[in-house]
Amino acid sequence: MEQRIQAPMSAEDTRKLRAGDYVYITGTIYTARDAAHKRLYEALEKGEALPLDMTNNVIYYMGPSPAREGRPIGSAGPTTASRMDKYTPALLDLGLLGMIGKGKRSAAVKEAIVRNGAVYFAAVGGAGALLSKSIRASEVIAYDDLGTEAIRRLEVENFPVIVVIDSEGTDLYEAVINQADL
Amino acid sequence: MRTIDVAEVTGIIKEMCIEANHFLAEDMDEAMKNAADVEKSPLGKQILCQLQDNLKIAGEDMIPICQDTGMAVIFVEIGQDVHFTGGILEDAVNEGVRAGYVEGYLRKSVVKDPIIRENTKDNTPAVIHYEIVPGDQVKITVAPKGFGSENMSRVFMLKPADGIEGVKNAILTAVQDAGPNACPPMVIGVGIGGTFEKCALMAKKALTRPVDEHSAIPYVKELEEEMLERINKTGIGPGGLGGTVTALAVNINTYPTHIAGLPVGINICCHVNRHAVRVI
Repeated sequence: MEQRIQAPMSAEDTRKLRAGDYVYITGTIYTARDAAHKRLYEALEKGEALPLDMTNNVIYYMGPSPAREGRPIGSAGPTTASRMDKYTPALLDLGLLGMIGKGKRSAAVKEAIVRNGAVYFAAVGGAGALLSKSIRASEVIAYDDLGTEAIRRLEVENFPVIVVIDSEGTDLYEAVINQADL
Repeated sequence: MRTIDVAEVTGIIKEMCIEANHFLAEDMDEAMKNAADVEKSPLGKQILCQLQDNLKIAGEDMIPICQDTGMAVIFVEIGQDVHFTGGILEDAVNEGVRAGYVEGYLRKSVVKDPIIRENTKDNTPAVIHYEIVPGDQVKITVAPKGFGSENMSRVFMLKPADGIEGVKNAILTAVQDAGPNACPPMVIGVGIGGTFEKCALMAKKALTRPVDEHSAIPYVKELEEEMLERINKTGIGPGGLGGTVTALAVNINTYPTHIAGLPVGINICCHVNRHAVRVI
């Protein structure tokens, strides 16, 4: 099923999404990958404030290539989500509702997705040039020293993703393997 | 004896880093077109068509095909009758990588130390493999390698008794574990034999062989064909979202090994299997 949603999202939005749905996201999302997640997690452990309120937000696991003059961003496809698994349940418990990446997630992340009514989307890996066309603006909002790994606020329009793990915990990656004639 | 100024090497490597990150080599381009034609899953086909659009945009607008423009892996095959002048070859290679990544708007993805993890900000150093060969030419292959797929690569130190069935199981295990993480459709480079490091290096080099070329050894060619067919029956499909095109090719290289061993290196690459080749 094809759906269109606004970001930030609401819990009502995520509950309507099912594994396998093709979704176009419009609105504001944030990037964070390995190094930014490590810093966010360490800040939480120390009881410090985060540079970004997680509530209802969507995090895109992405580190872009540099933008050419006059463009908002360079190539901008998803990175492998499992490297963020160690840090993700804590962010979901703070209200994070959506994640965009590619690849499998851990059992702990799936439990946290269900517990919080969140959703994990995949964008097409290796389609960074195409995906950059759905990004209208990009601004570094934290951890500028991390370069490509800084946290960026992105304004996206009809950004194409597929629901891989829905709020009930159904996993599309597992479903397609189970259906295969091995 | 032929003399080559290392500045020529720098210039060529700079160009090849930019070229490889924006344009697939002809063999890969053809394989990707074919994949979109033959995929049976509607969602899989849709993804492969998006990847066609992506390649078109990358070339026309000069946006890297993938934001992970890789760690620069460079094979330098040096004819033994060549003499380099004008500086140190290794420095010249790294200067080419630096210039290509900085001036070509490519992502800087290299950290100086694996534990301290401070970005070198120019994507150097490259991983360089030198080989001395007959003749007076220098063949340079630039193969920027993304780490979504690199992270799913494996070395299996099998026993001789495991035989060819053990090799087949190792390849399937690596591919199934990789699944969606490695951005399928994948290309699988395999090195069988040699030593621990030799099999891994053979696997890496196998990824630079055109995907429409098979091994010249009859049983290896058969193994390449059988494994491609079996991988494409796993159901993983484009993006790992289900389908019949999970891999575009399985390229296998072999080498003599020890009476006690059967090393197998499996280097997995995503569909952005970049390789640019030039001969000086």
